[in-house]
Amino acid sequence: MNVLVDTDSWLRAAGGGLLIGLAAGLMIIFNGRIAGISGVLGGLLFNPAAGDRRWRSMFLGGLILGATILSSTVTALPPAKLQTGWLGMAVAGLIVGYGTRMGSGCTSGHGVCGIARLSQRSIIATVTFMAFGAVTVFVIRHLLGAAA
Amino acid sequence: MKTALVSLIAGLLFGAGLALGGMTDPGKVIAFLDVAGQWDPSLGFVMGSALLITFPVFAWVRRAGKPLLAERFQLPTRKDLDPQLLIGAALFGIGWGIAGLCPGPAIANLAAGSPQILLFVAAMVGGMWLRDRTASLL
Repeated sequence: MNVLVDTDSWLRAAGGGLLIGLAAGLMIIFNGRIAGISGVLGGLLFNPAAGDRRWRSMFLGGLILGATILSSTVTALPPAKLQTGWLGMAVAGLIVGYGTRMGSGCTSGHGVCGIARLSQRSIIATVTFMAFGAVTVFVIRHLLGAAA
Repeated sequence: MKTALVSLIAGLLFGAGLALGGMTDPGKVIAFLDVAGQWDPSLGFVMGSALLITFPVFAWVRRAGKPLLAERFQLPTRKDLDPQLLIGAALFGIGWGIAGLCPGPAIANLAAGSPQILLFVAAMVGGMWLRDRTASLL
């Protein structure tokens, strides 16, 4: 295995993870809610309970604002590089939406919160989506040979 | 009111963390998933350090009776492994591997103004909607 060693990137990643953990911690400690993004969005759009819309939209609005503020202040960040074209984005978006709704969560709900809850479902879901993500990248990059 | 404020602060921190950690860069995500190529383990540190906080927090949740500002903890109660969980996670992984975007970073990227990311998020919402319409099939 050929590992890219970039300690600056690792430090930023660890710092970002602490902020994410802190955010998920605040949500459960104060509001009793799991900070799972697909769940927060799905609940807002498709099955909001009474009085539920406000916290969900505040959280998602904060998510957009927080990322925007940070990207514009920390200039050392490498620019985001898209990895696929219009069709790829449409197909990927569709199956990410379908899959996270079907599988009750994504990287945040299953990965950051579910694993910490020691939920067997979340641990298995996380292993599954990571494995399928890795296999997909392997097929696209190394078997089909797009953008080696 | 207070819970909405906590949600806003948590959202801000979460979004800042995604951007700082590199999750909002699809190139970084694909490099993390590309274990057979020049593997970039960075994003493993994002999840690792997030868990460093959420592990003790959820240990507290198991002991605490209720959250500080709400009536009760709203936690998933299911314990069984159903096909929906596995197929859903597999589908999500495939989409993640194609675009390098999962739901949080896709939404966090919205203000950056990329029309392709807007398309991704619109398709993602469409996928969620479609799931609800087809849930009776499997």
